[in-house]
Amino acid sequence: MRFVDEFREPELISKTAEEIRRLAGTKRHYRMMEVCGGHTHAIYRFGLKDILPENIELIHGPGCPVCVLPMGRIDDGLSVAQQPDVIFAAFGDMMRVPGTQGSPLEHKARGMDVRIVYSPSDALKLARLNPDKHVMFFAIGFETTAPSTALTLMRAKAEGIRNFSVFCNHVTIIPAIRAILDSPDMRLDAFIGPGHVSTVIGCRPYEWIAQNEHKPIVVSGFEPLDMLQSVVMLLHQLRKGEARVENQYKRVVPWEGNRAALRAMAEVFQLRPYFEWRGMGFISQSALRLRDSYAEWDAEQRFVIPGIRVTDPKAAQCGEVLKGVLKPHQCKLFGRECTPEHPIGALMVSSEGSCAAYFNYEHRKAMASSLSSIA
Amino acid sequence: MCLAIPGKIVEISSENRDCALVDVVGVRRKIDLGLLHDDMPVAGDWVLIHVGFAMSKISEHDATDQMNTLRALGEIDGAMQEVQGYGLEDVN
Repeated sequence: MRFVDEFREPELISKTAEEIRRLAGTKRHYRMMEVCGGHTHAIYRFGLKDILPENIELIHGPGCPVCVLPMGRIDDGLSVAQQPDVIFAAFGDMMRVPGTQGSPLEHKARGMDVRIVYSPSDALKLARLNPDKHVMFFAIGFETTAPSTALTLMRAKAEGIRNFSVFCNHVTIIPAIRAILDSPDMRLDAFIGPGHVSTVIGCRPYEWIAQNEHKPIVVSGFEPLDMLQSVVMLLHQLRKGEARVENQYKRVVPWEGNRAALRAMAEVFQLRPYFEWRGMGFISQSALRLRDSYAEWDAEQRFVIPGIRVTDPKAAQCGEVLKGVLKPHQCKLFGRECTPEHPIGALMVSSEGSCAAYFNYEHRKAMASSLSSIA
Repeated sequence: MCLAIPGKIVEISSENRDCALVDVVGVRRKIDLGLLHDDMPVAGDWVLIHVGFAMSKISEHDATDQMNTLRALGEIDGAMQEVQGYGLEDVN
């Protein structure tokens, strides 16, 4: 329990950890998936695995937008950037994600105009400032980020900014959870629901998980105490054989979500019939594209997109890790060919990816202790 | 990607009610309020900001908690860098 003393409420943390141990008992093994990459990062950072009893296993879910993006989409986006007078704008998270010909950052080193932005509105500003260039925003993210892209496109349309487009890779969380539950090698007892996605979509979209799949789900905050309390709430349900949607993160997540954000998404986006997820294959109605009324701002309509499909390196087992079938360190490349400094798979790129989180906290810790035992 | 940064609304633009000046631990930047149309904040309110857009109103207590979480996650520098790059400074 190395981090307990560093927490803000160490007594409450210890008390909650004790309650978890009491509720979990020893007879049953519990497998809980945290859907959101932010939770994965926090779990490793705070050392929560050291606090939880061994019979509670946390499985890392698909909620890291960078990680689930197939390499072909990166190549497609970069192919637009290779055209003259195009500025490729993307969030910093994207910059080191490898495409087959290198990452956006490596393309920048080769002379391509690649810019890091912190907001879609920052990309729109680039378009205003560079009227003789075309700015393509490489949009990624779940429902947390999609409304911001939508509103930026509404602003671009209202202002008549025509040298701006979006290469849309926004994905939706519910179909991914459905795909995981449909996967034959997946055995889960419960879900820790995403916090910030739920500020937008609310808690209702999860009800089918409880009603049809009979799995409890608790929407959770990101502090250590939030996540431990969510585990307590899940254990209470599991012990009684119940399956309900509960909201542990009420201070931020309204049950009904953010209707204004959902309206903006509905105005600009429509569902794609299917979309490829890295490691998970094609999932029906799991991603967003721009509506025809926004065709002028849709990079996929304005430019010729090669539609490249790239299979992941055979040795990389990102798919199995992404579905929780393998732990990060069980992949053949983990910590050898594939490290945060030289990522091969996308799970190693983002700090929200389970491999990078595992490497940065668990692997380094294990290396340090084996070195000290040699010394 | 999941960073949500707490900020206090200092001023809402009189010409454009979707544009607000916020204070994030002493740094003042403009953000977009367009996603809070159903529950518009006023000056003095706290909001959670994601990629330049206010996503929800929160209490001052929860804002402090959220800042502490970012600090504990080692994300403060990233958050401050993000806040300064929303690109809304020339929007009125």
